[in-house]
Amino acid sequence: MDASWLYMFMPIAGVNIFWPGLVLIGFSVGVIGGFFGMGGAWMVTPGLNILGFPMAFAIGTDIAHIAGKSMISTIRHSKFGNVDYKLGVVMLVGTMAGIELGAQLIMWLERLGMVGNVVRWVYVGFLALIALMVFSDYAKARQKKAMGLVDGDKGTEGFTWYKTLHKIKIPPMMHFKAAGIYCSAWLPISVSFITGILAGFLGIGGGLLRMPALIYFIGAPTHIAVGTDLFEVMISGLYGAFTYTLKGRIELVAVFVMLTGAAIGAQIGTVATKYAKGYGIRIAFGVAVLCCMVSIILKQFKYETPAAVLILGTIGVICLYIMGIMFKGAAQELRDKKAREQAL
Amino acid sequence: MKRMIHRLSGMCAAAWLLLPSLAMAAGDKATNIVVVADTRRVEGIMRYFSDLYNTNIWLFAVWTVLLTVVMGCTLGFMMDFIMERTGLDLKSRKIVEH
Repeated sequence: MDASWLYMFMPIAGVNIFWPGLVLIGFSVGVIGGFFGMGGAWMVTPGLNILGFPMAFAIGTDIAHIAGKSMISTIRHSKFGNVDYKLGVVMLVGTMAGIELGAQLIMWLERLGMVGNVVRWVYVGFLALIALMVFSDYAKARQKKAMGLVDGDKGTEGFTWYKTLHKIKIPPMMHFKAAGIYCSAWLPISVSFITGILAGFLGIGGGLLRMPALIYFIGAPTHIAVGTDLFEVMISGLYGAFTYTLKGRIELVAVFVMLTGAAIGAQIGTVATKYAKGYGIRIAFGVAVLCCMVSIILKQFKYETPAAVLILGTIGVICLYIMGIMFKGAAQELRDKKAREQAL
Repeated sequence: MKRMIHRLSGMCAAAWLLLPSLAMAAGDKATNIVVVADTRRVEGIMRYFSDLYNTNIWLFAVWTVLLTVVMGCTLGFMMDFIMERTGLDLKSRKIVEH
């Protein structure tokens, strides 16, 4: 059987690529990104590399795809009221400054000749910290729920560090309506500045760090954190796409093929947040972070294939889990709607 | 129905296993990066963008950002239009943490 129609020539990278693989990557990352509120570069880059893209092209292509995909998810989240644009714009200031400082830090380390190992282990350390924070927060919330303790209208929460941070009243004070937060503008600026430094230092988009930071330090409800973070990813992704294109490391054809899959995936992932409880999103996010951490450790010890298998396996399982939430929830909603209509 | 679901999940699992082999059939990973776009094998609009990549990278970068925005917005609003026809309430949601 002639399967040549399944391969597409990429004129810039100069390789023939299995295009249904691109659609599948776009779809999966669309589902996961729309649900967790992150770009998902850690999933796309190894996937593109396995399909045959040289690493340099994989990163640039990945960034442009993330920008387009986040745009699709942001449009959907915005309709749900999950995007706090004011908070997003304020945080952009800190994020941009932070990323620039992080990149300078990397260049300084590069001159010392110790960049590779330091970056990878710092990344592993932070991922471990995030996973630990998410799981211990869940354990604490369960404990509080069992004791019958409830935190305001959000329901039971584990860590409420943001309440302490909200007591800092350095002007200007700002009200972020969609997120329901009243705090000093310096809080989101500082948090985004720190996560920006880390993102620039680690060479990642930063959604992985910003999403939990929005929840634990700024006090945004999980759903708002997801939507607002996607808005940030969209802006930084477009900037990244521009700079990577100037370096000549982008394959535009692949970006568009991936976006077709991402368009459908992003809808599923985003609508699934409607049927998921905040802690459901947080726990699945914690599992994804943990798998990402293990894959980096495997890569560090040159186990490239097991690392790729772990990443692809994680993508597959989480994707199915999110799709399950979406389809079950949607079916239930339609049944309830029909029952209401029949009762009238 | 159950049988159909089992068959479908079997087919999905088979596809999942077959995909890597199909992807690998594309050949070994490229080791030498082509810094100049190969315009010999493309035509039409692809040829235009490949030429632009080779001759004016700034304009190509502007086009990349513009086209990404246009593609993202078009797909986003198109999917939005389709999703609204599913009968689901896509404008409100409850925020429950636990």
